[in-house]
Amino acid sequence: MKTTTKTVLALLVTAILSASGMRAQEIERIGIPELEKILSASDDRLYVVNFWATWCAPCVKELPHFEKISAEYEPEKVKFILISLDFPSQIDKQLIPFLKKNKITLPVSVMTNLDYNEWIDKVDSSWQGNIPATLLFNNAAGRRLFIPDEVEETELRKAITELL
Amino acid sequence: MKKFLFLIVSGLMMTMIAGAQSQYKAGDVAADFKLKNVKGETISLSQFNDAKGFIVTFWCNTCPVVKKYDQRLQDINAEFASKGYPVIAINPNDKTVAPGDSFEEMQKVAKNKNYRFEYLYDETQETARAYGATNTPHVYLLSKKDGKLIVEYVGAIDNNADDATAADKKYLADAVNSLLKGESPEVKGTKAIGCTIKWKKS
Repeated sequence: MKTTTKTVLALLVTAILSASGMRAQEIERIGIPELEKILSASDDRLYVVNFWATWCAPCVKELPHFEKISAEYEPEKVKFILISLDFPSQIDKQLIPFLKKNKITLPVSVMTNLDYNEWIDKVDSSWQGNIPATLLFNNAAGRRLFIPDEVEETELRKAITELL
Repeated sequence: MKKFLFLIVSGLMMTMIAGAQSQYKAGDVAADFKLKNVKGETISLSQFNDAKGFIVTFWCNTCPVVKKYDQRLQDINAEFASKGYPVIAINPNDKTVAPGDSFEEMQKVAKNKNYRFEYLYDETQETARAYGATNTPHVYLLSKKDGKLIVEYVGAIDNNADDATAADKKYLADAVNSLLKGESPEVKGTKAIGCTIKWKKS
Protein backbone atom coordinates (compact mmCIF):
# COMPACT_ATOMS: atom_id res chain seq x y z
CA MET A 1 0.00 0.00 0.00
CA LYS A 2 2.76 2.37 0.99
CA THR A 3 4.67 1.65 -2.20
CA THR A 4 1.57 2.16 -4.29
CA THR A 5 0.94 5.54 -2.70
CA LYS A 6 4.51 6.57 -3.39
CA THR A 7 4.25 5.45 -7.00
CA VAL A 8 0.99 7.31 -7.49
CA LEU A 9 2.48 10.43 -5.93
CA ALA A 10 5.57 10.18 -8.08
CA LEU A 11 3.48 9.76 -11.21
CA LEU A 12 1.32 12.70 -10.23
CA VAL A 13 4.30 14.96 -9.65
CA THR A 14 5.83 13.90 -12.96
CA ALA A 15 2.55 14.50 -14.77
CA ILE A 16 2.10 17.95 -13.25
CA LEU A 17 5.66 18.98 -13.99
CA SER A 18 5.47 17.75 -17.57
CA ALA A 19 2.12 19.38 -18.17
CA SER A 20 3.26 22.73 -16.88
CA GLY A 21 6.40 22.59 -18.98
CA MET A 22 8.45 23.02 -15.87
CA ARG A 23 10.33 19.81 -16.32
CA ALA A 24 13.95 20.65 -15.74
CA GLN A 25 16.23 20.20 -18.70
CA GLU A 26 18.07 16.97 -18.09
CA ILE A 27 21.76 17.30 -18.63
CA GLU A 28 23.88 14.25 -18.94
CA ARG A 29 27.57 14.50 -18.18
CA ILE A 30 29.40 12.25 -20.54
CA GLY A 31 32.92 11.04 -21.17
CA ILE A 32 34.56 9.12 -23.98
CA PRO A 33 32.68 5.79 -23.38
CA GLU A 34 29.28 7.52 -23.53
CA LEU A 35 30.33 9.49 -26.61
CA GLU A 36 31.40 6.27 -28.31
CA LYS A 37 28.07 4.71 -27.40
CA ILE A 38 26.19 7.56 -29.09
CA LEU A 39 28.42 7.43 -32.17
CA SER A 40 28.07 3.68 -32.54
CA ALA A 41 24.27 3.54 -32.13
CA SER A 42 23.12 0.80 -34.45
CA ASP A 43 19.35 1.27 -34.41
CA ASP A 44 17.86 2.20 -37.74
CA ARG A 45 17.23 5.90 -37.31
CA LEU A 46 18.99 9.10 -38.22
CA TYR A 47 21.09 10.69 -35.48
CA VAL A 48 21.79 14.39 -35.65
CA VAL A 49 24.56 15.21 -33.21
CA ASN A 50 25.52 18.84 -32.80
CA PHE A 51 28.71 19.92 -31.03
CA TRP A 52 28.34 23.37 -29.56
CA ALA A 53 28.95 25.62 -26.55
CA THR A 54 27.18 28.62 -25.04
CA TRP A 55 30.36 30.65 -25.59
CA CYS A 56 30.36 29.94 -29.32
CA ALA A 57 28.35 32.65 -31.11
CA PRO A 58 27.74 30.79 -34.41
CA CYS A 59 26.67 27.73 -32.37
CA VAL A 60 24.10 29.73 -30.45
CA LYS A 61 22.90 31.25 -33.70
CA GLU A 62 22.19 27.89 -35.32
CA LEU A 63 20.64 26.21 -32.27
CA PRO A 64 17.07 27.33 -33.07
CA HIS A 65 17.27 25.48 -36.42
CA PHE A 66 17.84 22.21 -34.56
CA GLU A 67 14.97 22.92 -32.17
CA LYS A 68 12.63 23.85 -35.00
CA ILE A 69 13.46 20.97 -37.32
CA SER A 70 13.43 18.40 -34.53
CA ALA A 71 9.77 19.19 -33.95
CA GLU A 72 9.04 18.06 -37.50
CA TYR A 73 10.21 14.49 -36.93
CA GLU A 74 9.37 11.68 -34.57
CA PRO A 75 12.31 10.90 -32.27
CA GLU A 76 12.00 7.28 -33.44
CA LYS A 77 12.95 8.48 -36.92
CA VAL A 78 15.37 11.28 -36.22
CA LYS A 79 17.14 11.57 -32.90
CA PHE A 80 18.70 14.94 -32.08
CA ILE A 81 21.45 15.21 -29.48
CA LEU A 82 23.19 18.42 -28.47
CA ILE A 83 26.68 17.81 -27.11
CA SER A 84 27.80 20.84 -25.17
CA LEU A 85 31.49 21.60 -24.87
CA ASP A 86 30.99 24.14 -22.15
CA PHE A 87 33.60 23.70 -19.45
CA PRO A 88 32.34 21.52 -16.59
CA SER A 89 32.92 24.45 -14.23
CA GLN A 90 30.37 26.44 -16.24
CA ILE A 91 27.48 23.95 -16.26
CA ASP A 92 25.53 25.42 -13.34
CA LYS A 93 26.52 29.04 -13.87
CA GLN A 94 26.28 29.27 -17.62
CA LEU A 95 24.85 26.25 -19.44
CA ILE A 96 21.72 25.50 -17.39
CA PRO A 97 20.55 29.15 -17.24
CA PHE A 98 21.17 29.40 -21.00
CA LEU A 99 19.05 26.31 -21.72
CA LYS A 100 16.23 27.64 -19.54
CA LYS A 101 16.36 31.12 -20.98
CA ASN A 102 16.35 29.88 -24.56
CA LYS A 103 13.77 27.15 -23.86
CA ILE A 104 15.96 24.41 -25.28
CA THR A 105 14.03 21.15 -25.21
CA LEU A 106 16.44 18.85 -27.03
CA PRO A 107 18.49 16.48 -24.90
CA VAL A 108 21.82 17.99 -23.91
CA SER A 109 24.92 16.04 -22.99
CA VAL A 110 28.01 17.79 -21.69
CA MET A 111 31.34 16.37 -22.72
CA THR A 112 33.38 16.51 -19.54
CA ASN A 113 36.56 15.05 -20.99
CA LEU A 114 38.70 18.08 -21.81
CA ASP A 115 41.55 16.00 -23.22
CA TYR A 116 40.15 16.85 -26.64
CA ASN A 117 42.88 15.16 -28.62
CA GLU A 118 41.76 11.84 -27.11
CA TRP A 119 38.33 11.94 -28.74
CA ILE A 120 38.04 14.45 -31.62
CA ASP A 121 39.11 11.84 -34.17
CA LYS A 122 36.43 9.46 -32.90
CA VAL A 123 33.79 11.91 -34.12
CA ASP A 124 35.41 12.42 -37.50
CA SER A 125 39.04 12.18 -38.56
CA SER A 126 38.70 15.33 -40.68
CA TRP A 127 37.51 17.41 -37.74
CA GLN A 128 39.99 19.99 -36.44
CA GLY A 129 37.97 20.73 -33.33
CA ASN A 130 36.32 23.93 -34.54
CA ILE A 131 32.73 24.40 -33.44
CA PRO A 132 29.93 24.37 -34.38
CA ALA A 133 30.12 20.94 -35.98
CA THR A 134 27.30 18.56 -36.81
CA LEU A 135 27.42 14.84 -37.47
CA LEU A 136 24.46 13.11 -39.14
CA PHE A 137 24.46 9.34 -39.30
CA ASN A 138 22.41 6.20 -39.58
CA ASN A 139 24.91 3.44 -38.88
CA ALA A 140 22.37 0.70 -39.68
CA ALA A 141 21.82 2.15 -43.14
CA GLY A 142 25.45 3.13 -43.63
CA ARG A 143 24.72 6.82 -44.17
CA ARG A 144 26.83 9.61 -42.78
CA LEU A 145 27.56 13.31 -43.24
CA PHE A 146 29.89 15.49 -41.20
CA ILE A 147 29.55 19.27 -41.34
CA PRO A 148 32.38 21.01 -39.45
CA ASP A 149 30.75 24.39 -39.88
CA GLU A 150 27.72 26.51 -39.08
CA VAL A 151 24.54 25.31 -40.85
CA GLU A 152 21.64 27.32 -42.17
CA GLU A 153 18.12 26.03 -41.57
CA THR A 154 17.54 25.05 -45.21
CA GLU A 155 20.90 23.31 -45.35
CA LEU A 156 20.17 21.26 -42.22
CA ARG A 157 16.68 20.34 -43.39
CA LYS A 158 18.03 19.29 -46.78
CA ALA A 159 20.76 17.14 -45.22
CA ILE A 160 18.23 15.37 -43.01
CA THR A 161 15.78 14.81 -45.87
CA GLU A 162 18.48 13.39 -48.08
CA LEU A 163 19.88 11.10 -45.41
CA LEU A 164 16.52 9.72 -44.27
CA MET B 1 19.52 6.37 -56.29
CA LYS B 2 18.98 10.01 -55.48
CA LYS B 3 20.27 9.48 -51.97
CA PHE B 4 23.22 7.58 -53.27
CA LEU B 5 24.10 10.39 -55.66
CA PHE B 6 23.71 12.92 -52.91
CA LEU B 7 26.14 11.01 -50.72
CA ILE B 8 28.69 10.84 -53.50
CA VAL B 9 28.32 14.54 -54.28
CA SER B 10 28.55 15.53 -50.61
CA GLY B 11 31.56 13.29 -50.24
CA LEU B 12 33.23 14.95 -53.19
CA MET B 13 32.34 18.39 -51.91
CA MET B 14 33.75 17.65 -48.48
CA THR B 15 36.93 16.34 -50.08
CA MET B 16 37.19 19.48 -52.18
CA ILE B 17 36.70 21.71 -49.14
CA ALA B 18 39.25 19.68 -47.20
CA GLY B 19 41.60 19.82 -50.18
CA ALA B 20 41.30 23.57 -50.52
CA GLN B 21 42.07 23.94 -46.85
CA SER B 22 44.73 21.33 -46.42
CA GLN B 23 46.66 21.96 -43.30
CA TYR B 24 50.37 22.11 -42.73
CA LYS B 25 51.61 19.08 -40.91
CA ALA B 26 54.94 18.21 -39.35
CA GLY B 27 57.66 18.05 -42.01
CA ASP B 28 56.05 20.57 -44.36
CA VAL B 29 57.78 23.79 -45.37
CA ALA B 30 55.85 26.79 -44.04
CA ALA B 31 55.45 30.05 -45.92
CA ASP B 32 56.70 33.33 -44.54
CA PHE B 33 54.29 36.28 -44.53
CA LYS B 34 54.14 40.04 -44.32
CA LEU B 35 51.59 41.14 -41.77
CA LYS B 36 50.93 44.32 -39.82
CA ASN B 37 51.59 44.28 -36.07
CA VAL B 38 49.66 46.31 -33.52
CA LYS B 39 52.17 49.18 -33.91
CA GLY B 40 51.41 49.32 -37.63
CA GLU B 41 54.79 47.87 -38.65
CA THR B 42 55.03 45.16 -41.30
CA ILE B 43 56.50 41.99 -39.86
CA SER B 44 58.03 38.98 -41.59
CA LEU B 45 59.60 35.92 -40.02
CA SER B 46 62.71 36.56 -42.14
CA GLN B 47 63.43 39.64 -40.01
CA PHE B 48 64.17 37.55 -36.95
CA ASN B 49 67.81 36.76 -37.65
CA ASP B 50 68.54 35.35 -34.20
CA ALA B 51 65.48 33.11 -33.95
CA LYS B 52 65.86 29.34 -34.19
CA GLY B 53 62.21 29.04 -34.98
CA PHE B 54 58.76 30.39 -34.19
CA ILE B 55 55.63 29.58 -32.25
CA VAL B 56 53.12 30.83 -34.81
CA THR B 57 49.75 30.92 -33.05
CA PHE B 58 46.42 31.77 -34.65
CA TRP B 59 44.81 33.91 -32.03
CA CYS B 60 42.13 36.56 -31.56
CA ASN B 61 40.56 38.89 -28.99
CA THR B 62 37.16 37.32 -28.56
CA CYS B 63 37.37 33.52 -28.37
CA PRO B 64 36.80 32.21 -24.82
CA VAL B 65 39.30 29.41 -25.40
CA VAL B 66 41.91 31.98 -26.42
CA LYS B 67 41.12 33.93 -23.25
CA LYS B 68 41.63 30.76 -21.22
CA TYR B 69 45.07 30.39 -22.76
CA ASP B 70 46.01 34.07 -22.64
CA GLN B 71 48.32 33.90 -19.65
CA ARG B 72 49.72 30.57 -20.76
CA LEU B 73 50.74 31.93 -24.17
CA GLN B 74 52.40 34.91 -22.50
CA ASP B 75 54.27 32.55 -20.17
CA ILE B 76 55.38 30.41 -23.09
CA ASN B 77 56.73 33.46 -24.87
CA ALA B 78 58.53 34.56 -21.71
CA GLU B 79 60.10 31.12 -21.41
CA PHE B 80 61.02 30.44 -25.02
CA ALA B 81 61.56 33.77 -26.83
CA SER B 82 64.95 34.22 -25.17
CA LYS B 83 65.84 30.64 -26.16
CA GLY B 84 65.18 31.39 -29.81
CA TYR B 85 61.49 30.50 -30.21
CA PRO B 86 59.34 33.64 -29.95
CA VAL B 87 55.55 33.53 -30.09
CA ILE B 88 54.07 35.17 -33.18
CA ALA B 89 50.32 35.57 -32.67
CA ILE B 90 48.13 36.13 -35.72
CA ASN B 91 44.50 37.22 -35.71
CA PRO B 92 42.76 36.05 -38.91
CA ASN B 93 39.16 36.84 -37.94
CA ASP B 94 37.06 38.99 -40.23
CA LYS B 95 36.02 42.17 -38.43
CA THR B 96 32.62 42.25 -40.16
CA VAL B 97 31.75 38.85 -38.72
CA ALA B 98 33.54 39.46 -35.41
CA PRO B 99 33.74 43.21 -34.71
CA GLY B 100 35.66 42.52 -31.49
CA ASP B 101 38.52 41.20 -33.58
CA SER B 102 39.20 44.40 -35.54
CA PHE B 103 42.71 45.87 -35.74
CA GLU B 104 41.77 48.66 -33.31
CA GLU B 105 40.53 46.10 -30.79
CA MET B 106 43.75 44.11 -31.23
CA GLN B 107 45.72 47.23 -30.34
CA LYS B 108 43.67 47.67 -27.18
CA VAL B 109 44.04 44.02 -26.14
CA ALA B 110 47.79 44.00 -26.77
CA LYS B 111 48.18 47.17 -24.71
CA ASN B 112 45.90 46.13 -21.84
CA LYS B 113 47.48 42.72 -21.56
CA ASN B 114 50.96 44.04 -22.19
CA TYR B 115 51.70 41.46 -24.86
CA ARG B 116 55.44 41.01 -25.26
CA PHE B 117 55.00 38.95 -28.41
CA GLU B 118 54.13 40.20 -31.89
CA TYR B 119 50.37 40.30 -32.46
CA LEU B 120 49.70 40.45 -36.21
CA TYR B 121 46.60 41.11 -38.26
CA ASP B 122 45.88 38.71 -41.13
CA GLU B 123 43.33 40.97 -42.74
CA THR B 124 43.21 39.10 -46.07
CA GLN B 125 43.15 35.73 -44.24
CA GLU B 126 45.75 34.51 -46.73
CA THR B 127 48.16 33.38 -44.04
CA ALA B 128 45.50 31.42 -42.15
CA ARG B 129 44.49 29.79 -45.44
CA ALA B 130 48.08 29.00 -46.37
CA TYR B 131 48.70 27.36 -43.00
CA GLY B 132 45.31 25.64 -43.04
CA ALA B 133 44.37 27.06 -39.66
CA THR B 134 40.79 26.27 -38.69
CA ASN B 135 40.31 27.60 -35.21
CA THR B 136 41.72 29.77 -32.45
CA PRO B 137 43.94 29.00 -30.68
CA HIS B 138 45.85 26.94 -33.25
CA VAL B 139 49.62 26.57 -32.92
CA TYR B 140 52.24 25.92 -35.61
CA LEU B 141 55.72 25.37 -34.21
CA LEU B 142 58.35 26.10 -36.87
CA SER B 143 62.10 25.63 -36.91
CA LYS B 144 64.65 27.17 -39.26
CA LYS B 145 66.58 24.63 -41.27
CA ASP B 146 68.78 25.52 -44.24
CA GLY B 147 66.96 28.79 -44.70
CA LYS B 148 63.57 27.11 -44.68
CA LEU B 149 60.80 27.14 -42.11
CA ILE B 150 59.98 23.55 -41.21
CA VAL B 151 56.74 22.67 -39.43
CA GLU B 152 57.60 20.67 -36.30
CA TYR B 153 54.28 20.53 -34.44
CA VAL B 154 50.67 21.56 -35.12
CA GLY B 155 47.81 21.80 -32.67
CA ALA B 156 47.03 22.62 -29.08
CA ILE B 157 49.07 24.29 -26.35
CA ASP B 158 48.23 21.63 -23.77
CA ASN B 159 45.46 19.19 -22.88
CA ASN B 160 43.23 21.21 -20.57
CA ALA B 161 41.78 24.48 -21.84
CA ASP B 162 39.78 25.15 -18.71
CA ASP B 163 42.42 24.68 -16.05
CA ALA B 164 46.14 25.20 -16.60
CA THR B 165 47.01 23.34 -13.43
CA ALA B 166 45.08 20.26 -14.59
CA ALA B 167 46.90 20.09 -17.93
CA ASP B 168 49.23 17.11 -17.69
CA LYS B 169 50.31 17.02 -21.33
CA LYS B 170 52.15 20.22 -22.29
CA TYR B 171 52.29 19.50 -25.99
CA LEU B 172 53.75 22.81 -27.14
CA ALA B 173 56.31 23.29 -24.36
CA ASP B 174 57.42 19.66 -24.73
CA ALA B 175 57.82 20.11 -28.49
CA VAL B 176 59.92 23.28 -28.10
CA ASN B 177 62.06 21.64 -25.42
CA SER B 178 62.69 18.71 -27.77
CA LEU B 179 63.86 21.11 -30.49
CA LEU B 180 66.13 22.87 -27.98
CA LYS B 181 67.74 19.51 -27.24
CA GLY B 182 68.22 18.97 -30.96
CA GLU B 183 65.52 16.31 -31.08
CA SER B 184 62.36 16.01 -33.08
CA PRO B 185 59.15 16.47 -31.02
CA GLU B 186 57.61 13.19 -29.92
CA VAL B 187 54.04 14.42 -30.48
CA LYS B 188 53.82 16.18 -33.84
CA GLY B 189 50.14 16.99 -33.98
CA THR B 190 47.12 17.29 -31.69
CA LYS B 191 43.56 18.49 -32.03
CA ALA B 192 41.56 20.66 -29.71
CA ILE B 193 38.18 22.32 -29.45
CA GLY B 194 38.36 25.98 -30.38
CA CYS B 195 36.49 28.81 -32.03
CA THR B 196 36.04 28.52 -35.77
CA ILE B 197 38.02 31.17 -37.63
CA LYS B 198 35.56 33.86 -38.71
CA TRP B 199 36.03 33.71 -42.48
CA LYS B 200 34.89 36.54 -44.71
CA LYS B 201 31.44 35.98 -46.12
CA SER B 202 31.88 35.46 -49.81
